[in-house]
Amino acid sequence: MFDSLSGRLNGVFETLTRRGALSEADVSAALRDVRIAMLEADVALPVVKDFVAGVREKAVGADVLKSVAPGQQVIKIVNDHLIEMLGGETAEIGIAAATPPAAVLMVGLQGSGKTTTTAKLGLFLRVSHKKRVLMASLDTSRPAAMEQLAALAVQAEVDVLPVIPGERAVGIARRAMKSAAQEGHDVVLLDTAGRLHVDEELMAECAAVRDVTVPAETLLVADALTGQDAVNVASAFHKRIGLTGIALTRVDGDGRGGAALSMRAVTGCPIKLIGVGEKLDAIEPFHPDRIASRILGMGDVVSLVERAQETIEQDEAERLVRKAKKGGFDLNDLSKQIQQVRKMGGMEGLLGMLPGVGKVKRQLAEANVDIKMLDRQQAIIDSMTPAERSNPKLLNSSRKRRIAGGSGTTVQDINRLLKQVKQMNVMMKRAGKLGEKGLMRAGMPGIMPPR
Amino acid sequence: MAREEGGGRGLFARLKAGLRRTSNSLTGGIGAIFTGRRLDDEALEELEELLIAGDLGAATAAELTAELAQQRFGKEVTAAEVRRALADQIADLLVPVEGTLAIEEDAKPHVILVAGVNGTGKTTTIGKLAQRLSRDGKQVMLVAGDTFRAAAVEQLTIWGERAGSPVVARPDGGDPAGLAFDALERARAESIDVLLIDTAGRLQNKAHLMAELQKIDRVLKKLDERAPHSRLLVLDATTGQNALNQVDVFREAIAVDGLVMTKLDGTAKGGVLVALARRFGVPVVAIGIGEGIDDLRPFEARAFAAALMGLDE
Repeated sequence: MFDSLSGRLNGVFETLTRRGALSEADVSAALRDVRIAMLEADVALPVVKDFVAGVREKAVGADVLKSVAPGQQVIKIVNDHLIEMLGGETAEIGIAAATPPAAVLMVGLQGSGKTTTTAKLGLFLRVSHKKRVLMASLDTSRPAAMEQLAALAVQAEVDVLPVIPGERAVGIARRAMKSAAQEGHDVVLLDTAGRLHVDEELMAECAAVRDVTVPAETLLVADALTGQDAVNVASAFHKRIGLTGIALTRVDGDGRGGAALSMRAVTGCPIKLIGVGEKLDAIEPFHPDRIASRILGMGDVVSLVERAQETIEQDEAERLVRKAKKGGFDLNDLSKQIQQVRKMGGMEGLLGMLPGVGKVKRQLAEANVDIKMLDRQQAIIDSMTPAERSNPKLLNSSRKRRIAGGSGTTVQDINRLLKQVKQMNVMMKRAGKLGEKGLMRAGMPGIMPPR
Repeated sequence: MAREEGGGRGLFARLKAGLRRTSNSLTGGIGAIFTGRRLDDEALEELEELLIAGDLGAATAAELTAELAQQRFGKEVTAAEVRRALADQIADLLVPVEGTLAIEEDAKPHVILVAGVNGTGKTTTIGKLAQRLSRDGKQVMLVAGDTFRAAAVEQLTIWGERAGSPVVARPDGGDPAGLAFDALERARAESIDVLLIDTAGRLQNKAHLMAELQKIDRVLKKLDERAPHSRLLVLDATTGQNALNQVDVFREAIAVDGLVMTKLDGTAKGGVLVALARRFGVPVVAIGIGEGIDDLRPFEARAFAAALMGLDE
């Protein structure tokens, strides 16, 4: 989601680092660009102003301008400030300290993704925290909202409170807490109806639910695509209900993520969860430092490895990373990767986590690469002998013709695939040598299949 | 869309009520800037920032203020004058995209494909449209094309009951394109006037989901080459500049010919409509200013611009 913003900022930073000495005017010019980049990324105006003022103070006040590499220093200040703004440490869901059953109240505007997020959180707490979870829908207004939560509960294998027709939100909440206490649930997730923060009647209902359940967590579920209004929404909910955290949805969209910065800044509440896909397991804790690096184009290798760990055996992941760094990446590995890419929520999710891939991702979007391409590549690899897969050099033209016939592709397709593997090896080797910083500068050429 | 007779004053009042919260902070800000002050660089910058805060986007905000500066730079201006001038500028940009949802009488059925990102209000908009069209004497049929989200079919079914319209659905999901095809066949057989097709919410950067949407669009043409007669994109007013990407990609995929902007009854300003009008020129056929059936309104450029700037018409 943060790619476009990081693209813009990278441009600003390239200009900065190219210059040896920096004047105050240079910094001001760069910060003007930062300001526009952030506004276009939907960061709220007051937040942008604070941010720019904060960076300017640090950048001009210290001995930055006289230092050896002033451009780098300014970038570091922006990075540090960004992490600070995003909340520094990773924040856990705070249910550990509460006496069970701990209530988690999910609030937000209509269509922000509360019901889906509730079910995702239910699954997450059941699997990762080994908690017994009860979910309850307090949404008496949207047609079929209760049916939706019930259906998702089945998929997530999480208990859901039976519906009593005509019951009001506060009554449902009270019944949920009682039932959870009786049946030994650790956590109760309360999915409320979507409401406008300016609708006093509904906000009062929400406050009443809070009062009878005394939630351990009150999460604002908010759309990552939200514009300037994010500050109004977040501060209104915070003032009226009292938030403890934010769950950001649709982070897998191509929004620029400004809302994340805005809402964190105006409420002071950490972003605790991000929704990264339509499937129920597509939810993750939020890591401010990693996201800040991602915004600045440094990639999120740690997330990538973690994600892979969940999907595949850990030693397999390590083997892959080691092998890739040595440059011995062969077609067996590519085949595994193709399979994992699908498991891990598609190519874009994976690419976004690799360092410096913003550019590639844009190319990918522009080239409009068909997801079917992965299927074709898989077919090609499947038509090879084991020996060919581990040693692509064996592939002479007669073998290639055989494979093309077997996989229903052309020799050109096979050549393209081989070139891609070669380029990945070159790139991975470079990554090993340069380390992250170098990679950021060098970018990541050649991961794309040549056109 | 069928326009209400005699709704002139009442309509503006409703729109303004809906947009009042929207425009409050915007116009309040203008009042604070221009209390007997010269239109200088500083004032212009503050004005530009206010427009950005209304989601008009950095580029549009810069152009609007530049235009204002050209006319009145250095002159003594009042807040009211600035509001009026900006409202006029914005209205000029919006008038060309003032659209209506015209139903082709001889289409039988006129097929309306409704698409958009998750949670923008597609199903609710369809529900309101169905009620509106039925009230105007049209035979309406709904298609529960959201075969992905849990209980989406139930949600549409409830709307169908309210509107007295049949809902075509399949019990366990499946291919939405096949469902749409069957529904169109059935609608023709039953001489339905309007076929409203709901679709699953999809993020525009998911290529496979956009391909799925294109397939729905494509298979309908096999039965009627003019179908779908309307392709609506539902936008959420709280969405920021990403709405530009949404229109861009959905338009590329299914040639969107009408926009519906929902949730204008909150504090979101929907200013991105101005940027959308400049860049794409896709007609805005309706706006949503509340949850009731009468809260889906025709889009009127001058009223919208005036209400956005807090002016009384």
